[in-house]
Amino acid sequence: MSATVNRVGLPRDAYKGAATTLCAGCGHNSITNHMIKALYELGVEPHLLAKMSGIGCSSKTPAYFVETAHGFNGVHGRMPALTTGAHLANRQLIMLGVSGDGDTASIGLGQFMHMIRRNVDCTYIIEDNGTYGLTKGQFSATADLGSVQKKGAVNTFQPIDPCAVALALGCSFVARSFSGDGKQVVPLIKAAIAHRGTAILDIISPCVTFNDHDGSTKSYSWVKDHEESIADVSFIPFFEEVHVDYEPGTMRDVRLHDGSHIMLKKLGEDHDPTDRRAAIKVIEEGRAEGHLVTGLLYVDAEMSDFATTEHIPQRPLRELGEDELRLTPDQFSQFMSEFA
Amino acid sequence: MTEPIVNDLTIQAATVNGSGSQTANLVLTRAIFHMGIPVAPKNVFPSNIEGLPTWYQLRITPEGHMARSDKVDILIAFNVATWREDLKSVRPGGVVIHEEAFSTADVRTDVTYYPVPFSKLAKSKIQNDTLRKQLANMIYVGVVAGLLGIPWGAVEHGVKRQFLAKPKAVPVNLDAIKLGYDYWQDNFSKQDPYRLEPMTGAVEGKVLVEGNQAAALGALMGGVTVVAWYPITPSSSLCEYLIAYSDRFRLDEKTSEKNISVVQAEDELAAVGMAIGAGWAGARAMTSTSGPGISLMAEFSGLAYYAEVPVVIFDIQRIGPSTGLPTRTSQADIGFVYTLSHGDTKHLVLLPGTVEECYEFARDAFDHADRFQTPVFILSDLDLGMNLWMTPEFKYPDKKFDRGKVLSKQDLEKLAGEWGRYRDVDGDGVTYRTLPGTDHPAAGYFTRGSGHDEQARYTEGADAYARNMDRLAHKLETARHALPAPVVEESGSPIGLIAFGSTHSAVIEAREMLAAAGKKVDYLRVRALPLADEVARFVARHERVYVIEQNRDGQLYDLVRLALPAELVERVRSIRHYNGQPIPAIAITGPLMDREAVPA
Repeated sequence: MSATVNRVGLPRDAYKGAATTLCAGCGHNSITNHMIKALYELGVEPHLLAKMSGIGCSSKTPAYFVETAHGFNGVHGRMPALTTGAHLANRQLIMLGVSGDGDTASIGLGQFMHMIRRNVDCTYIIEDNGTYGLTKGQFSATADLGSVQKKGAVNTFQPIDPCAVALALGCSFVARSFSGDGKQVVPLIKAAIAHRGTAILDIISPCVTFNDHDGSTKSYSWVKDHEESIADVSFIPFFEEVHVDYEPGTMRDVRLHDGSHIMLKKLGEDHDPTDRRAAIKVIEEGRAEGHLVTGLLYVDAEMSDFATTEHIPQRPLRELGEDELRLTPDQFSQFMSEFA
Repeated sequence: MTEPIVNDLTIQAATVNGSGSQTANLVLTRAIFHMGIPVAPKNVFPSNIEGLPTWYQLRITPEGHMARSDKVDILIAFNVATWREDLKSVRPGGVVIHEEAFSTADVRTDVTYYPVPFSKLAKSKIQNDTLRKQLANMIYVGVVAGLLGIPWGAVEHGVKRQFLAKPKAVPVNLDAIKLGYDYWQDNFSKQDPYRLEPMTGAVEGKVLVEGNQAAALGALMGGVTVVAWYPITPSSSLCEYLIAYSDRFRLDEKTSEKNISVVQAEDELAAVGMAIGAGWAGARAMTSTSGPGISLMAEFSGLAYYAEVPVVIFDIQRIGPSTGLPTRTSQADIGFVYTLSHGDTKHLVLLPGTVEECYEFARDAFDHADRFQTPVFILSDLDLGMNLWMTPEFKYPDKKFDRGKVLSKQDLEKLAGEWGRYRDVDGDGVTYRTLPGTDHPAAGYFTRGSGHDEQARYTEGADAYARNMDRLAHKLETARHALPAPVVEESGSPIGLIAFGSTHSAVIEAREMLAAAGKKVDYLRVRALPLADEVARFVARHERVYVIEQNRDGQLYDLVRLALPAELVERVRSIRHYNGQPIPAIAITGPLMDREAVPA
């Protein structure tokens, strides 16, 4: 078979990156592959992609996909600040942030929350394994109460659930998934990228070295046994036509700002992803019943994103020159005279 | 009565914070400036919204001295809580205008008192309750105008100028001033020697500008498009002026689009992070902070240094450590900022000594940052940043932006994609970068704060690390020669002074005082770090060199000695002032004369 290309004429290989240096079997590597698939299928132009990250295993992964894109591996917990600044400099860029549970729920919790508050147009993926891998297996703040460390220590603190926090803040896109569930992760990544605003995607991603044992609630086996998807997700990009046959009342269609559609096929109880209070309830019920609720929890496709709210022009600010940015000589001398 | 003292006096208004006294003081300042007389105001204010004591010093000299005076000629005592202490600051023979109701039991007898019933006047003549408190301060403007002979026309100008944006406020304020003016004429005869007379030739072409206003204008003229900041005194006003100026000059009325984004961040970590993110993506970006904020920016500053991202960072210094004295001035961040971050880090630091330099350095900092792909710090301080300074009007820039070594799509095509982000092809330590969004498959690279090689690939390799660090040192050496050179004023004296920043105004005056006493001294003003070679040459040309600065530990003194060959180190001495009040000239001349009196 000759090389197949996507809508911008690139083969799938163009979305690959450097070889991973993470452990074999790491959930993050699966997410990297899902990312490659999603970006390829969306036909994202690599030069318009900006891969942003903080510090930790998760934050290394932007090196492992779309090698020709620009990436910025910054400081711990501060990916949102770098992303916000880069986005303001050039609104044309597609901002894709990759973070971890330590990076997001501990050191970076403030920036995570404030990025949501501003609704900066970006995708924010949390590769969530409940543990600090690079520093050898300490609990992170997303570890569940009572979950057990590899050497037997029991977590005595309540977890911080990034999705619950995001929902409480009124985040415009909140989803959860599992690294082993490509069928769900890929359309959610696409939807997150298509969404205009901050899209939080919390992906449980087991750490095979430090957090994949009995007693962990972030292990492959625990997640497989406890995952409860609220709806089957499919994504139809703006450049494809919607052709879905479905029984009335079994499918929800969320139209995004760019003309894409998220199609949600009802599985159990019907969940309205535009109802924020319902999303909070679904999470709380899952928590009470010991399930990991996955899927698109909430979306508000109409909320104004930060750059729009701030009246930033579509033309990248970084392209503006002296003529646009300086006062004219007349304005300048008039202004100076006002100080007399 | 003694000889008249004309246009050479210091007024100090001791008032209550939040009472509107600042407006009254500014009206007075502008009225006197309008007479053609040089003015140098200094606002000493508390970290408080309302109720604590505050002082405003207005120094008036025919020469245009702008340093703080250590002597008060005319005290306006408006605050009962501090009145006894304030009285001590007046020089013998000075004048005290005070609220009549203050107790005068056992007060000193070597000054002239003019008691004024400010409260009664305000109560009887100003009907509106809310206005009364604000306008009470205006009454003393009138008394001072009467006392010193400020023409009514100048007073009117001062009020109109101060309420430029609120012309409706002009008549009520003038009425209040008139109360004081009339009270003076009706109740007192002049008992003191102080008077003001219109001058010519001293203030023509000059304006009154705060350093933070100057820096905000400089940043706009330097092409800043992304500003992220977190409120902190004494830096806040810089970004607030930027917001105001942007609304006026960067807003497209038709589309309501703005060619700038000013973000109030959640903290200083985020503020500098946003600026660095924007700088990485190619915008001219900045943040401004002070005190604790600059400490918080240390980690990100190291990232920008090591990953080589342009960004401009203003530090409007205040007293530390910790919260310190948030509303008092200092020059104690210079050592810290120079190497801000863990690890081997060294930054480009600009040291404006005048408000004109606040404008110029702010403007040019963006060129330096782009040219050298590194953070550029501008170290101002509360005194320079928040007080009004008399200055020649600023000059319109005669240069275009220097965006530094940025490879475009066309450049990459010519190179057939062969380039390395951190490869020094020109031998100056400065490498080429590409910006996100550049439509060429070779444009993208991975920026990181971890170890990297010439191709921006991750490496923990020993040689690659050392090579990169050596290149960064080389880059800084290249940059050093492009930064503002020291200003040297020399006439063959064996004694030299070295200073930087707002200490400049005190040095000017100190040199005049020393010259008048028969002791001419030379002067080198440092305007940037890393230090220029001229500093060592200056020391070599002098037998004794005094480094004068506003911090406890002699931080510039240390940096100067480090830059000297061993045989010159002994020539350098340190004069330090660090009580939070702007340094007066006497804090230089006093210690210098003491040290000179001791045989070496």
